[in-house]
Amino acid sequence: MPKVAPELQYSDEHEWVSRGEGNLVSVGISEVATDALGDIVYVDLPEVGSTVTAGATCGEVESTKSVSDLYSPVTGEVTEINDAVVSDPALINNDPYGAGWLFKVAAESEGPLLSAEEYASKNGGDLS
Amino acid sequence: MTENYTALYEEHKKLGASFTDFGGWQMPLKYSSELAEHHAVRKSAGLFDLSHMGEVWVTGPEAAAFLDYALVGKISAMAEGKAKYSLICQEDGGIIDDLITYRRGPEKFLVVPNAGNAKVVADALAERAAGFDVLVKDASAETSLIAVQGPRAEAILLRLMPAEQHALVTELKYYAAVEVGFTFDGGTQELLLARTGYTGEDGFEIFVANDSAAALWQAIAETAEEGELTPAGLASRDSLRLEAGMPLYGNELSREGNPFAAGLGPAVALSKESDFVGKDALAALKADGAGSTSGRKLVGLKGLGRRAGRGHYPVLKDGAVVGEVTSGQPSPTLGYPVALAYVDVEHTELGTALDIDLRGKSEPFEVVALPFYKRTK
Repeated sequence: MPKVAPELQYSDEHEWVSRGEGNLVSVGISEVATDALGDIVYVDLPEVGSTVTAGATCGEVESTKSVSDLYSPVTGEVTEINDAVVSDPALINNDPYGAGWLFKVAAESEGPLLSAEEYASKNGGDLS
Repeated sequence: MTENYTALYEEHKKLGASFTDFGGWQMPLKYSSELAEHHAVRKSAGLFDLSHMGEVWVTGPEAAAFLDYALVGKISAMAEGKAKYSLICQEDGGIIDDLITYRRGPEKFLVVPNAGNAKVVADALAERAAGFDVLVKDASAETSLIAVQGPRAEAILLRLMPAEQHALVTELKYYAAVEVGFTFDGGTQELLLARTGYTGEDGFEIFVANDSAAALWQAIAETAEEGELTPAGLASRDSLRLEAGMPLYGNELSREGNPFAAGLGPAVALSKESDFVGKDALAALKADGAGSTSGRKLVGLKGLGRRAGRGHYPVLKDGAVVGEVTSGQPSPTLGYPVALAYVDVEHTELGTALDIDLRGKSEPFEVVALPFYKRTK
Protein backbone atom coordinates (compact mmCIF):
# COMPACT_ATOMS: atom_id res chain seq x y z
CA MET A 1 0.00 0.00 0.00
CA PRO A 2 1.44 3.43 -0.88
CA LYS A 3 2.63 5.56 2.03
CA VAL A 4 0.89 8.79 2.96
CA ALA A 5 3.11 11.17 4.93
CA PRO A 6 1.07 12.13 8.02
CA GLU A 7 2.53 15.66 8.37
CA LEU A 8 1.38 16.84 4.91
CA GLN A 9 -1.87 17.98 3.31
CA TYR A 10 -3.13 16.70 -0.03
CA SER A 11 -5.19 17.76 -3.02
CA ASP A 12 -7.69 15.54 -4.80
CA GLU A 13 -5.25 15.45 -7.73
CA HIS A 14 -2.61 13.78 -5.51
CA GLU A 15 -0.32 16.76 -4.94
CA TRP A 16 1.00 17.24 -1.43
CA VAL A 17 1.60 20.56 0.31
CA SER A 18 4.19 21.19 3.02
CA ARG A 19 4.20 24.48 4.91
CA GLY A 20 7.50 26.34 5.31
CA GLU A 21 8.26 29.76 6.71
CA GLY A 22 5.64 32.46 6.26
CA ASN A 23 3.44 31.71 3.28
CA LEU A 24 6.05 29.57 1.54
CA VAL A 25 4.86 26.04 0.66
CA SER A 26 6.55 23.10 -1.02
CA VAL A 27 4.61 20.96 -3.49
CA GLY A 28 5.14 17.38 -4.62
CA ILE A 29 3.10 14.38 -5.67
CA SER A 30 2.02 11.58 -3.38
CA GLU A 31 3.17 7.98 -3.47
CA VAL A 32 -0.41 7.07 -4.44
CA ALA A 33 0.28 9.02 -7.63
CA THR A 34 3.82 7.72 -8.22
CA ASP A 35 2.63 4.13 -7.75
CA ALA A 36 -0.13 4.63 -10.30
CA LEU A 37 2.14 6.40 -12.79
CA GLY A 38 4.99 3.91 -12.68
CA ASP A 39 8.57 4.95 -13.32
CA ILE A 40 8.69 8.69 -14.00
CA VAL A 41 11.00 9.65 -16.86
CA TYR A 42 10.24 13.32 -17.48
CA VAL A 43 8.81 16.22 -15.52
CA ASP A 44 7.80 19.62 -16.83
CA LEU A 45 7.63 22.17 -13.98
CA PRO A 46 6.35 25.76 -13.91
CA GLU A 47 9.01 28.46 -14.31
CA VAL A 48 10.39 30.37 -11.36
CA GLY A 49 8.59 33.73 -11.21
CA SER A 50 5.46 32.45 -12.94
CA THR A 51 2.11 32.38 -11.20
CA VAL A 52 0.32 29.12 -10.56
CA THR A 53 -3.38 28.84 -9.79
CA ALA A 54 -4.96 26.36 -7.40
CA GLY A 55 -6.74 23.61 -9.35
CA ALA A 56 -5.15 24.61 -12.68
CA THR A 57 -2.52 22.63 -14.58
CA CYS A 58 1.02 23.88 -14.18
CA GLY A 59 3.11 21.13 -15.74
CA GLU A 60 3.31 17.51 -16.78
CA VAL A 61 4.60 14.30 -15.31
CA GLU A 62 5.54 11.62 -17.81
CA SER A 63 6.14 7.99 -16.91
CA THR A 64 7.15 5.08 -19.11
CA LYS A 65 3.46 4.37 -19.64
CA SER A 66 1.61 7.66 -19.57
CA VAL A 67 1.55 11.44 -19.37
CA SER A 68 -0.36 13.19 -16.58
CA ASP A 69 -1.06 16.83 -15.92
CA LEU A 70 0.40 18.38 -12.83
CA TYR A 71 -2.08 20.56 -10.93
CA SER A 72 -1.11 23.27 -8.51
CA PRO A 73 -2.76 22.86 -5.12
CA VAL A 74 -2.17 26.56 -4.28
CA THR A 75 -2.22 30.00 -5.93
CA GLY A 76 0.87 32.21 -5.92
CA GLU A 77 4.28 32.91 -7.39
CA VAL A 78 6.74 30.07 -7.96
CA THR A 79 9.91 30.87 -6.01
CA GLU A 80 11.99 27.78 -6.65
CA ILE A 81 11.89 24.53 -8.62
CA ASN A 82 13.70 21.30 -7.83
CA ASP A 83 16.34 21.07 -10.57
CA ALA A 84 17.43 17.68 -9.23
CA VAL A 85 14.13 16.01 -10.25
CA VAL A 86 14.28 17.64 -13.69
CA SER A 87 17.62 15.96 -14.37
CA ASP A 88 16.78 12.76 -12.44
CA PRO A 89 13.00 12.19 -12.41
CA ALA A 90 13.44 8.81 -10.67
CA LEU A 91 13.90 10.82 -7.45
CA ILE A 92 10.14 11.38 -7.50
CA ASN A 93 9.51 7.62 -7.38
CA ASN A 94 12.25 6.93 -4.86
CA ASP A 95 11.46 9.68 -2.36
CA PRO A 96 8.17 11.40 -3.26
CA TYR A 97 7.86 13.26 0.06
CA GLY A 98 11.53 14.23 0.38
CA ALA A 99 14.16 14.61 -2.35
CA GLY A 100 11.39 14.27 -4.95
CA TRP A 101 9.69 17.60 -4.10
CA LEU A 102 8.75 19.61 -7.23
CA PHE A 103 8.41 23.35 -6.60
CA LYS A 104 7.90 26.04 -3.97
CA VAL A 105 5.27 28.76 -4.02
CA ALA A 106 4.71 31.99 -2.09
CA ALA A 107 1.09 31.05 -1.55
CA GLU A 108 -1.63 33.71 -1.65
CA SER A 109 -4.44 31.20 -1.36
CA GLU A 110 -5.03 27.46 -1.32
CA GLY A 111 -7.38 25.14 -3.12
CA PRO A 112 -9.35 22.58 -1.13
CA LEU A 113 -6.88 20.38 0.76
CA LEU A 114 -7.39 17.09 2.59
CA SER A 115 -5.71 16.07 5.81
CA ALA A 116 -3.39 13.07 5.59
CA GLU A 117 -6.07 10.95 7.32
CA GLU A 118 -8.77 12.00 4.86
CA TYR A 119 -6.48 11.49 1.87
CA ALA A 120 -5.30 8.08 3.08
CA SER A 121 -8.81 6.78 3.71
CA LYS A 122 -10.05 8.08 0.37
CA ASN A 123 -7.16 6.62 -1.66
CA GLY A 124 -6.22 3.52 0.29
CA GLY A 125 -2.90 4.83 1.56
CA ASP A 126 -0.77 3.75 4.50
CA LEU A 127 -0.35 6.48 7.13
CA SER A 128 2.36 4.85 9.25
CA MET B 1 -17.24 -8.46 -19.29
CA THR B 2 -16.22 -11.18 -16.86
CA GLU B 3 -12.69 -11.02 -15.50
CA ASN B 4 -10.45 -13.98 -16.20
CA TYR B 5 -7.67 -15.02 -13.85
CA THR B 6 -4.72 -17.15 -14.89
CA ALA B 7 -3.63 -20.17 -12.87
CA LEU B 8 -0.71 -18.01 -11.66
CA TYR B 9 -2.83 -15.20 -10.20
CA GLU B 10 -2.04 -16.18 -6.60
CA GLU B 11 1.69 -16.28 -7.41
CA HIS B 12 1.48 -12.73 -8.73
CA LYS B 13 -0.38 -11.59 -5.63
CA LYS B 14 2.30 -13.15 -3.41
CA LEU B 15 4.92 -11.19 -5.36
CA GLY B 16 3.03 -7.92 -4.79
CA ALA B 17 2.04 -7.36 -8.42
CA SER B 18 -0.16 -4.50 -9.49
CA PHE B 19 -2.73 -5.78 -11.94
CA THR B 20 -4.25 -4.47 -15.12
CA ASP B 21 -7.00 -5.68 -17.40
CA PHE B 22 -5.63 -6.99 -20.69
CA GLY B 23 -7.94 -8.65 -23.19
CA GLY B 24 -10.38 -9.47 -20.38
CA TRP B 25 -7.66 -10.94 -18.15
CA GLN B 26 -6.35 -9.64 -14.83
CA MET B 27 -2.62 -9.65 -15.59
CA PRO B 28 0.41 -8.40 -13.65
CA LEU B 29 1.35 -4.96 -14.97
CA LYS B 30 4.51 -4.83 -12.88
CA TYR B 31 5.81 -6.28 -9.63
CA SER B 32 7.98 -3.39 -8.51
CA SER B 33 9.52 -1.13 -11.14
CA GLU B 34 8.76 -1.75 -14.82
CA LEU B 35 12.11 -0.17 -15.72
CA ALA B 36 13.99 -2.59 -13.45
CA GLU B 37 12.03 -5.48 -14.98
CA HIS B 38 12.89 -4.27 -18.48
CA HIS B 39 16.61 -4.00 -17.71
CA ALA B 40 16.58 -7.41 -15.99
CA VAL B 41 15.36 -9.06 -19.21
CA ARG B 42 18.04 -7.31 -21.30
CA LYS B 43 20.86 -8.09 -18.86
CA SER B 44 19.89 -11.39 -17.20
CA ALA B 45 16.39 -12.90 -17.39
CA GLY B 46 12.72 -12.19 -16.75
CA LEU B 47 9.88 -14.54 -15.82
CA PHE B 48 6.53 -13.83 -17.50
CA ASP B 49 3.02 -15.24 -17.20
CA LEU B 50 1.56 -15.38 -20.72
CA SER B 51 -1.34 -17.65 -19.83
CA HIS B 52 -3.77 -15.14 -21.28
CA MET B 53 -2.55 -16.15 -24.75
CA GLY B 54 -4.71 -18.67 -26.61
CA GLU B 55 -3.81 -22.26 -27.56
CA VAL B 56 -5.77 -23.84 -30.40
CA TRP B 57 -4.89 -27.35 -31.60
CA VAL B 58 -5.50 -28.23 -35.23
CA THR B 59 -5.23 -31.93 -36.01
CA GLY B 60 -6.26 -34.32 -38.76
CA PRO B 61 -5.25 -35.55 -42.22
CA GLU B 62 -5.93 -32.15 -43.83
CA ALA B 63 -4.54 -30.00 -41.01
CA ALA B 64 -1.72 -28.52 -43.12
CA ALA B 65 -3.94 -27.84 -46.13
CA PHE B 66 -6.55 -26.31 -43.84
CA LEU B 67 -4.07 -23.89 -42.23
CA ASP B 68 -2.80 -22.91 -45.70
CA TYR B 69 -6.40 -21.89 -46.40
CA ALA B 70 -7.16 -20.25 -43.04
CA LEU B 71 -3.90 -18.29 -42.58
CA VAL B 72 -1.92 -16.12 -44.99
CA GLY B 73 1.36 -18.07 -44.69
CA LYS B 74 2.37 -21.34 -46.29
CA ILE B 75 2.01 -23.47 -43.20
CA SER B 76 2.29 -26.79 -45.08
CA ALA B 77 5.90 -25.94 -45.97
CA MET B 78 6.95 -25.94 -42.29
CA ALA B 79 9.10 -28.77 -41.02
CA GLU B 80 7.99 -30.68 -37.94
CA GLY B 81 9.38 -29.00 -34.81
CA LYS B 82 9.39 -25.52 -36.32
CA ALA B 83 7.33 -22.46 -35.49
CA LYS B 84 6.08 -19.80 -37.89
CA TYR B 85 4.77 -16.27 -37.43
CA SER B 86 1.63 -15.70 -39.48
CA LEU B 87 -1.59 -13.74 -39.74
CA ILE B 88 -5.25 -14.61 -39.95
CA CYS B 89 -7.01 -12.13 -42.23
CA GLN B 90 -10.54 -11.25 -43.26
CA GLU B 91 -11.75 -11.60 -46.83
CA ASP B 92 -10.95 -7.89 -47.31
CA GLY B 93 -7.37 -8.34 -46.10
CA GLY B 94 -7.95 -6.78 -42.66
CA ILE B 95 -5.96 -8.47 -39.90
CA ILE B 96 -7.98 -10.53 -37.39
CA ASP B 97 -4.85 -11.44 -35.43
CA ASP B 98 -1.18 -12.22 -35.64
CA LEU B 99 -0.23 -15.63 -34.30
CA ILE B 100 2.47 -18.26 -34.03
CA THR B 101 1.86 -21.75 -35.39
CA TYR B 102 3.91 -24.71 -34.15
CA ARG B 103 4.13 -27.90 -36.20
CA ARG B 104 4.04 -30.78 -33.73
CA GLY B 105 3.52 -33.62 -36.22
CA PRO B 106 2.62 -34.32 -39.84
CA GLU B 107 -1.04 -33.76 -38.97
CA LYS B 108 -0.73 -31.79 -35.73
CA PHE B 109 -0.37 -28.04 -35.22
CA LEU B 110 -0.64 -25.66 -32.28
CA VAL B 111 -1.88 -22.14 -33.08
CA VAL B 112 -1.21 -19.41 -30.49
CA PRO B 113 -3.31 -16.24 -30.90
CA ASN B 114 -3.35 -13.15 -28.70
CA ALA B 115 -5.32 -13.05 -25.45
CA GLY B 116 -8.16 -10.81 -26.52
CA ASN B 117 -8.48 -12.63 -29.83
CA ALA B 118 -8.26 -16.24 -28.66
CA LYS B 119 -11.97 -16.93 -28.97
CA VAL B 120 -12.36 -14.94 -32.19
CA VAL B 121 -9.50 -16.90 -33.78
CA ALA B 122 -10.76 -20.26 -32.50
CA ASP B 123 -14.21 -19.43 -33.88
CA ALA B 124 -12.81 -18.26 -37.23
CA LEU B 125 -10.71 -21.41 -37.54
CA ALA B 126 -13.71 -23.62 -36.69
CA GLU B 127 -15.79 -21.80 -39.31
CA ARG B 128 -13.08 -22.04 -41.98
CA ALA B 129 -12.63 -25.76 -41.20
CA ALA B 130 -15.89 -26.62 -42.98
CA GLY B 131 -15.08 -29.07 -45.78
CA PHE B 132 -11.65 -30.00 -44.37
CA ASP B 133 -10.91 -33.23 -42.54
CA VAL B 134 -9.60 -31.52 -39.40
CA LEU B 135 -10.40 -31.09 -35.75
CA VAL B 136 -10.06 -27.60 -34.22
CA LYS B 137 -9.84 -27.68 -30.43
CA ASP B 138 -9.53 -24.55 -28.30
CA ALA B 139 -7.41 -25.55 -25.29
CA SER B 140 -6.87 -21.96 -24.09
CA ALA B 141 -8.87 -22.43 -20.88
CA GLU B 142 -6.80 -25.43 -19.74
CA THR B 143 -3.35 -24.27 -20.83
CA SER B 144 -0.90 -21.92 -19.13
CA LEU B 145 2.10 -20.34 -20.81
CA ILE B 146 5.24 -19.27 -18.93
CA ALA B 147 8.06 -17.37 -20.61
CA VAL B 148 11.67 -17.04 -19.49
CA GLN B 149 13.36 -14.35 -21.56
CA GLY B 150 16.87 -12.93 -21.51
CA PRO B 151 20.50 -13.98 -21.91
CA ARG B 152 20.37 -16.20 -18.78
CA ALA B 153 17.13 -17.96 -19.78
CA GLU B 154 18.73 -21.11 -21.18
CA ALA B 155 21.10 -21.61 -18.25
CA ILE B 156 18.24 -21.26 -15.76
CA LEU B 157 15.89 -23.68 -17.50
CA LEU B 158 18.55 -26.36 -18.08
CA ARG B 159 18.78 -26.82 -14.30
CA LEU B 160 15.27 -28.28 -14.32
CA MET B 161 16.00 -30.80 -17.09
CA PRO B 162 17.78 -34.14 -17.08
CA ALA B 163 21.36 -33.77 -18.36
CA GLU B 164 20.83 -36.12 -21.30
CA GLN B 165 18.19 -33.75 -22.71
CA HIS B 166 20.27 -30.58 -22.45
CA ALA B 167 21.47 -30.83 -26.05
CA LEU B 168 17.84 -30.75 -27.22
CA VAL B 169 17.60 -27.28 -25.72
CA THR B 170 21.08 -25.88 -26.38
CA GLU B 171 20.73 -26.87 -30.05
CA LEU B 172 17.13 -25.68 -30.35
CA LYS B 173 16.93 -22.98 -33.02
CA TYR B 174 14.99 -19.72 -32.78
CA TYR B 175 11.36 -20.34 -33.79
CA ALA B 176 11.52 -24.05 -33.02
CA ALA B 177 10.01 -26.16 -30.23
CA VAL B 178 10.68 -29.49 -28.54
CA GLU B 179 9.14 -31.68 -25.83
CA VAL B 180 11.52 -31.89 -22.88
CA GLY B 181 11.32 -33.27 -19.35
CA PHE B 182 11.00 -30.71 -16.56
CA THR B 183 11.68 -31.97 -13.06
CA PHE B 184 9.53 -30.13 -10.52
CA ASP B 185 6.91 -30.72 -7.87
CA GLY B 186 8.34 -34.17 -7.08
CA GLY B 187 8.14 -35.56 -10.62
CA THR B 188 9.12 -35.08 -14.23
CA GLN B 189 6.71 -33.81 -16.89
CA GLU B 190 7.23 -33.69 -20.64
CA LEU B 191 6.40 -30.12 -21.64
CA LEU B 192 6.44 -28.24 -24.91
CA LEU B 193 9.32 -25.75 -24.86
CA ALA B 194 9.59 -23.16 -27.64
CA ARG B 195 12.50 -20.85 -28.41
CA THR B 196 10.25 -17.89 -29.15
CA GLY B 197 9.51 -14.59 -27.50
CA TYR B 198 8.39 -11.02 -27.69
CA THR B 199 11.29 -9.20 -26.09
CA GLY B 200 14.12 -9.09 -28.62
CA GLU B 201 16.21 -11.37 -26.39
CA ASP B 202 16.94 -15.06 -26.51
CA GLY B 203 14.29 -16.86 -24.52
CA PHE B 204 11.75 -19.59 -24.16
CA GLU B 205 8.03 -20.14 -23.77
CA ILE B 206 6.74 -23.22 -21.94
CA PHE B 207 3.25 -24.66 -22.34
CA VAL B 208 1.95 -26.33 -19.19
CA ALA B 209 -1.41 -27.55 -17.92
CA ASN B 210 -3.10 -25.11 -15.55
CA ASP B 211 -2.89 -27.43 -12.55
CA SER B 212 0.92 -27.65 -12.84
CA ALA B 213 1.55 -24.00 -13.73
CA ALA B 214 2.09 -22.63 -10.23
CA ALA B 215 4.49 -25.45 -9.31
CA LEU B 216 6.51 -24.90 -12.49
CA TRP B 217 6.59 -21.12 -11.93
CA GLN B 218 7.89 -21.67 -8.39
CA ALA B 219 10.46 -24.24 -9.54
CA ILE B 220 11.86 -21.86 -12.17
CA ALA B 221 12.00 -19.02 -9.65
CA GLU B 222 13.69 -21.21 -7.04
CA THR B 223 16.31 -22.68 -9.38
CA ALA B 224 17.49 -19.19 -10.34
CA GLU B 225 20.29 -17.62 -8.37
CA GLU B 226 19.84 -14.39 -6.42
CA GLY B 227 19.23 -11.56 -8.90
CA GLU B 228 19.38 -13.85 -11.92
CA LEU B 229 15.65 -13.96 -12.71
CA THR B 230 13.13 -11.16 -12.18
CA PRO B 231 9.36 -11.60 -12.45
CA ALA B 232 8.29 -9.21 -15.20
CA GLY B 233 4.86 -7.80 -15.99
CA LEU B 234 3.05 -6.53 -19.05
CA ALA B 235 4.49 -3.00 -18.77
CA SER B 236 8.01 -4.27 -19.37
CA ARG B 237 6.78 -6.77 -21.95
CA ASP B 238 5.37 -3.83 -23.90
CA SER B 239 8.53 -1.69 -23.68
CA LEU B 240 10.69 -4.70 -24.61
CA ARG B 241 8.65 -5.59 -27.68
CA LEU B 242 8.53 -1.95 -28.76
CA GLU B 243 12.33 -1.68 -28.67
CA ALA B 244 12.44 -4.92 -30.67
CA GLY B 245 10.11 -3.30 -33.25
CA MET B 246 7.47 -6.00 -32.82
CA PRO B 247 3.84 -5.09 -33.55
CA LEU B 248 1.10 -5.38 -30.93
CA TYR B 249 -2.39 -6.33 -32.03
CA GLY B 250 -4.73 -3.44 -31.28
CA ASN B 251 -1.92 -0.88 -31.62
CA GLU B 252 -0.12 -1.62 -34.89
CA LEU B 253 -2.41 -4.36 -36.23
CA SER B 254 -6.15 -4.22 -36.74
CA ARG B 255 -9.00 -5.25 -38.98
CA GLU B 256 -8.82 -1.81 -40.61
CA GLY B 257 -5.13 -2.18 -41.45
CA ASN B 258 -3.41 -4.59 -43.79
CA PRO B 259 -0.23 -6.69 -43.69
CA PHE B 260 1.65 -4.63 -46.30
CA ALA B 261 1.21 -1.33 -44.48
CA ALA B 262 2.32 -3.06 -41.27
CA GLY B 263 5.54 -4.23 -42.89
CA LEU B 264 4.34 -7.85 -42.75
CA GLY B 265 4.13 -8.38 -46.53
CA PRO B 266 6.64 -11.25 -46.41
CA ALA B 267 4.22 -13.20 -44.17
CA VAL B 268 1.65 -13.21 -47.00
CA ALA B 269 2.31 -16.18 -49.29
CA LEU B 270 0.52 -14.95 -52.42
CA SER B 271 2.51 -17.56 -54.35
CA LYS B 272 0.89 -20.56 -52.67
CA GLU B 273 -1.10 -22.58 -55.20
CA SER B 274 -4.13 -23.06 -52.97
CA ASP B 275 -6.74 -20.44 -52.21
CA PHE B 276 -6.71 -18.73 -48.81
CA VAL B 277 -9.02 -16.35 -47.00
CA GLY B 278 -8.20 -12.80 -48.07
CA LYS B 279 -6.10 -13.81 -51.10
CA ASP B 280 -7.88 -11.68 -53.73
CA ALA B 281 -7.99 -8.57 -51.55
CA LEU B 282 -4.36 -8.96 -50.48
CA ALA B 283 -3.21 -9.48 -54.08
CA ALA B 284 -5.05 -6.29 -55.06
CA LEU B 285 -3.52 -4.35 -52.15
CA LYS B 286 -0.07 -5.52 -53.16
CA ALA B 287 -0.66 -4.62 -56.80
CA ASP B 288 -1.78 -1.21 -55.61
CA GLY B 289 1.52 -0.70 -53.78
CA ALA B 290 -0.01 -0.66 -50.28
CA GLY B 291 2.67 0.26 -47.76
CA SER B 292 5.28 0.96 -50.46
CA THR B 293 3.95 3.49 -52.96
CA SER B 294 0.45 4.13 -51.64
CA GLY B 295 -1.23 4.77 -48.32
CA ARG B 296 0.59 4.73 -45.02
CA LYS B 297 3.36 2.51 -43.77
CA LEU B 298 4.51 1.53 -40.28
CA VAL B 299 7.85 3.14 -39.44
CA GLY B 300 10.13 3.58 -36.48
CA LEU B 301 10.61 7.09 -35.11
CA LYS B 302 13.49 8.14 -32.88
CA GLY B 303 12.98 11.14 -30.61
CA LEU B 304 15.61 13.86 -30.80
CA GLY B 305 14.35 15.47 -27.58
CA ARG B 306 13.31 13.93 -24.28
CA ARG B 307 9.56 13.74 -24.76
CA ALA B 308 7.88 10.55 -25.95
CA GLY B 309 5.07 10.23 -28.46
CA ARG B 310 2.11 8.14 -27.35
CA GLY B 311 -0.57 6.13 -29.11
CA HIS B 312 -2.86 8.24 -31.35
CA TYR B 313 -0.68 11.38 -31.24
CA PRO B 314 -0.51 13.01 -34.70
CA VAL B 315 2.70 12.86 -36.75
CA LEU B 316 3.48 16.12 -38.55
CA LYS B 317 5.60 17.18 -41.52
CA ASP B 318 6.02 20.96 -41.69
CA GLY B 319 2.94 21.33 -39.51
CA ALA B 320 0.65 19.13 -41.62
CA VAL B 321 -0.64 15.80 -40.31
CA VAL B 322 1.02 12.93 -42.22
CA GLY B 323 0.56 10.07 -39.78
CA GLU B 324 -0.36 8.76 -36.35
CA VAL B 325 1.61 7.14 -33.54
CA THR B 326 0.51 3.60 -32.63
CA SER B 327 2.93 2.93 -29.75
CA GLY B 328 5.53 5.10 -28.11
CA GLN B 329 7.51 5.63 -24.95
CA PRO B 330 11.00 6.42 -23.74
CA SER B 331 13.25 3.47 -24.58
CA PRO B 332 14.78 2.24 -21.32
CA THR B 333 17.68 0.52 -23.11
CA LEU B 334 18.50 3.19 -25.66
CA GLY B 335 17.82 6.25 -23.53
CA TYR B 336 15.78 8.18 -26.07
CA PRO B 337 12.07 8.15 -27.02
CA VAL B 338 10.96 5.65 -29.64
CA ALA B 339 7.65 5.28 -31.43
CA LEU B 340 5.96 3.18 -34.04
CA ALA B 341 3.73 5.20 -36.35
CA TYR B 342 1.77 4.88 -39.55
CA VAL B 343 3.06 7.61 -41.87
CA ASP B 344 2.17 8.55 -45.48
CA VAL B 345 4.62 6.57 -47.62
CA GLU B 346 6.18 9.70 -49.19
CA HIS B 347 7.56 10.70 -45.78
CA THR B 348 8.98 7.33 -44.71
CA GLU B 349 12.51 7.41 -46.10
CA LEU B 350 15.10 6.76 -43.40
CA GLY B 351 16.35 10.00 -41.91
CA THR B 352 13.21 12.00 -42.72
CA ALA B 353 12.64 14.69 -40.09
CA LEU B 354 9.10 14.58 -38.66
CA ASP B 355 7.42 16.00 -35.59
CA ILE B 356 5.03 14.41 -33.14
CA ASP B 357 2.31 16.65 -31.78
CA LEU B 358 2.64 16.17 -28.01
CA ARG B 359 -0.61 17.58 -26.75
CA GLY B 360 -0.12 20.82 -28.70
CA LYS B 361 3.69 20.98 -28.59
CA SER B 362 5.77 19.77 -31.54
CA GLU B 363 8.66 17.48 -30.67
CA PRO B 364 11.27 16.51 -33.29
CA PHE B 365 11.60 12.88 -34.40
CA GLU B 366 13.43 11.11 -37.21
CA VAL B 367 12.50 8.04 -39.27
CA VAL B 368 14.86 5.20 -38.35
CA ALA B 369 15.25 1.54 -39.30
CA LEU B 370 13.51 -1.14 -37.25
CA PRO B 371 14.15 -2.77 -34.88
CA PHE B 372 15.25 0.03 -32.57
CA TYR B 373 17.15 -2.49 -30.47
CA LYS B 374 18.95 -5.61 -31.64
CA ARG B 375 20.80 -7.84 -29.23
CA THR B 376 24.45 -8.66 -29.81
CA LYS B 377 24.88 -12.40 -30.27
